[in-house]
Amino acid sequence: MTTSAGSAPRVGLPRLIRDIESATVRFAGDSGDGMQLTGSQFTNTSALAGNDVATFPDFPAEIRAPKGTRAGVSGFQVQFSAEEIYTPGDKLDVLVAMNPAALVTNVSDVVPGGLLLVNEDSFTDKDLKLAGCSTNPLEDGSLDGYRVVRIPMTMLTRKSVDDLGLSVKLADRCKNFFAMGLVYWLFGRDLTATLEFNQAKFGDKAEIARANERALRAGWNFGETTEIFELGYRVAPAQLAPGTYNNIMGNQALAWGLMAAARQSGKDLFLGSYPITPASDILHELSRHKNFAVRTFQAEDEIAAMCAVIGAAFGGAMAVTATSGPGIALKTEGMGLAVIFELPMLIISVQRGGPSTGLPTKTEQADLLQLMFGRNGECPMPVLACRCPADCFDVALEAWRIATRFMTPVVILSDGYVANGAEPWRIPRLADLPKISVHHPEPKDKDDETPFYPYSRDDFLARPWALPGTPGLMHRIGGLEKEDRTGNVSYDPENHERMVTLRAEKVERIADDVPLQQVHGPQQGEVLVLSWGGTFGACATAVDHCLRQGLHVAHAHLRYLNPLPANLGDLLPQYRKILIPELNRGQLRMLIRAKYLRETIGLNKIQGKPFAVQEIVDKIQAIHDCQEPK
Amino acid sequence: MSSAELPVLTAAQFASDQDVRWCPGCGDYSILAQMRRIMPRLGIPLEKIVFVSGIGCSSRFPYYMNTYGIHGIHGRAPAIATGLKAVRPDLQVWVITGDGDGLSIGGSHLMHCIRRNMDINIVLFNNRIYGLTKGQYSPTSPLGQVTKSTPMGAIDNPLHPISIAIGCEASFVARSIDVNIKHLAMVLQRAAEHQGASFVEVYQNCIVFNDRAFQYATDRDTKLDNVLELEHGKPLVFGKNREKGIRLNGLDPEVVTLGNGISEADLLVHDERAPEPSLAYLLSRLRHEDGFPEAIGVFRAVDAARYDHELNRQIQLAQAKRGIGDLEKLFHTGDTWTVT
Repeated sequence: MTTSAGSAPRVGLPRLIRDIESATVRFAGDSGDGMQLTGSQFTNTSALAGNDVATFPDFPAEIRAPKGTRAGVSGFQVQFSAEEIYTPGDKLDVLVAMNPAALVTNVSDVVPGGLLLVNEDSFTDKDLKLAGCSTNPLEDGSLDGYRVVRIPMTMLTRKSVDDLGLSVKLADRCKNFFAMGLVYWLFGRDLTATLEFNQAKFGDKAEIARANERALRAGWNFGETTEIFELGYRVAPAQLAPGTYNNIMGNQALAWGLMAAARQSGKDLFLGSYPITPASDILHELSRHKNFAVRTFQAEDEIAAMCAVIGAAFGGAMAVTATSGPGIALKTEGMGLAVIFELPMLIISVQRGGPSTGLPTKTEQADLLQLMFGRNGECPMPVLACRCPADCFDVALEAWRIATRFMTPVVILSDGYVANGAEPWRIPRLADLPKISVHHPEPKDKDDETPFYPYSRDDFLARPWALPGTPGLMHRIGGLEKEDRTGNVSYDPENHERMVTLRAEKVERIADDVPLQQVHGPQQGEVLVLSWGGTFGACATAVDHCLRQGLHVAHAHLRYLNPLPANLGDLLPQYRKILIPELNRGQLRMLIRAKYLRETIGLNKIQGKPFAVQEIVDKIQAIHDCQEPK
Repeated sequence: MSSAELPVLTAAQFASDQDVRWCPGCGDYSILAQMRRIMPRLGIPLEKIVFVSGIGCSSRFPYYMNTYGIHGIHGRAPAIATGLKAVRPDLQVWVITGDGDGLSIGGSHLMHCIRRNMDINIVLFNNRIYGLTKGQYSPTSPLGQVTKSTPMGAIDNPLHPISIAIGCEASFVARSIDVNIKHLAMVLQRAAEHQGASFVEVYQNCIVFNDRAFQYATDRDTKLDNVLELEHGKPLVFGKNREKGIRLNGLDPEVVTLGNGISEADLLVHDERAPEPSLAYLLSRLRHEDGFPEAIGVFRAVDAARYDHELNRQIQLAQAKRGIGDLEKLFHTGDTWTVT
């Protein structure tokens, strides 16, 4: 295996190098300290070095929460590994803490004996007070059991740039680059990619770019020349499948997947959206690609975004809206209209903590039932969920394939963890992407007297997608119940029941058109872990761990939540216990129980945080040898 | 658009096969008839026209036109039409709405559709009442109006649709009256021909729940004294014998009688193309209950940048500047690495 990037520099290596399989690092500081940039640069560099990577950015909802306080702490966690990994790691091997608030709010996640790189310059009495510390954690013994490295980062950064004539304020803003340089040294990382990034991002402000570079190199040199560190670490490249990789974030992968789906179906993409965390990056990303004929419309509200998408779908575009739970609540009426219109479109919900405004920047899976059922009337809609950042790309294509084949709006569920996480994505060849064939009825001859029936149906129960502008096919659609075939307004009782049934059956039939559910692990046994959405990584890692321990456990991860895979009912009885870990109070469990009359065991966490692998391992172990399901 | 190569359509061809189900005597019939009448004059084929509506009596309108149509949800027609027009600039898009649909539940969408200056024709049927839900007061019902939901009289200040549209930077604003059929046809045609958002308020009589709400403006005996017909470049003259006019007194309008030293030269002259909307706004505030005639006709018709046009222009600009997008290239942007 090779990489296209340069390998670690040969000079300045630590005195001793220890090879490790993987490491988890978290950069934590004030929300103005540039921790997200630091973390994503380190991630990219690790990916370029051939590691598998998985990230977890964690930041406050406030843009600039009060400086120095615990509320304002922003963190970026990355696990990089020589093995394939699916999560950003449970516990931290290294914590970079830029101030006391960052230290005290994150230190409990560090493994015993883990490394704390602390900016000791920001531990003044004032800093400690802002962080709510009655004593200085660097001196009160609370960090015994960790390897604490105190570094005067602020002072060293200032010194590294002192001949550039920057203000103290500007100089201090470079200290994240100092921290970055130090961590790069620790793991033998190449500086090239970050130096290029620095030039591209700050190049038009030459003195800032120069200062960042100075700070980065100063951090690296500090590691090399001081004797604080007795060890450096190396993580060998992972054995990823051959191909060219890009490091991709979930929302970006969704946006690119939508663009690919538009191309594969010969459609222009229209995104109608209203800014909302954590979905806005989809709008931002697509807005950049106007040369792909992507039209983005920032609507006046969520309702208008949904309705504009309906109008665009009627007009024949690939129409998409992206939002989060509070936005879905507002779009609900429009989603009902989309269902009765039987027009293809995509509704993306990037879940966050709820109810109401809830935890805008934190992850949760509590909107499954909202998307399944949260509409008036019998209003079925297919629902697919993304399991990891790279999977977003494939789900976008598959959702649009279903939408056009079955003439239905389709829901894509993502979540804050998937949306903001990053991982290596093997770039597909365009020729390998699935073709999505879309059919529009042809114009009708003037003399052709046969009527056009907008609600006639094909083998998939899909109605024709007749576009305005097509001669002879003029028709009206509306939210009032329509007569079978003609689409005319109808209040006939039996017709209503027939139409409700048809719409439901159409969605149910999708199960025959999608892959059967796969199981990882033994095809029968003691425990089946059944999961969906962003918990994939933690569940897969936990099951692998338990399999290595010799437990009889298997894993099935659902992409299709409505309809559920056709073989799921046959799979469940193959296992004595079904464990459903969810970041909610048991929403998939409710669906499984309702559909299959099967009791399952829940593992539920509603803390705005993803599962740690260990939490799932513990639960599997606890139930594995129990006689009866709990 | 030239109609030379197009078959000449008739009003009847614009009628769909659906039975019209408004109450007998409803003002909507007249608006439908005038719409069907002007359609052939526009020279646009049936299939290139889309009527979009929300909910309410007026919103049944699309079912009765033999064009493409969407009967949407309450208040959202401007948003649906915006999405449609954004991706299909080749279509002529109409929004049919009412005082409740457009100004109450859908007020925000109407406002934003107008300020974006989407090339959409919006016709608001104002009957000052909720008809379909059987007689509650609407945002244009006058203070004190007794309805099912206001047995002691309405206490909400009413909205004035034309003033709202002007406040939203409308580039075309007009008003007509359901029974004033020639005038209505003229206004609808001008709205259709305007490039950008056209907003038309039509005084429409609800024979069941708010009959004779506009009697002052429609009765043979009173209408000439109560209605001021706007004509571009002409002084504001009205009255049975065209003996009255509107003059500016400071910043306020006043009704004057011509003669006795007051001539047409003293009157305000209508200018629908005025760059500033002050005059149009002033005219929108002339109200019968304040002793003024109410203006009908085109208040404002100016050129302004259109969202749908700009949206597509940016696409063309981006393609000209950066070339037609190449996904393969996009996927390989940033730091990539190859595993063999």
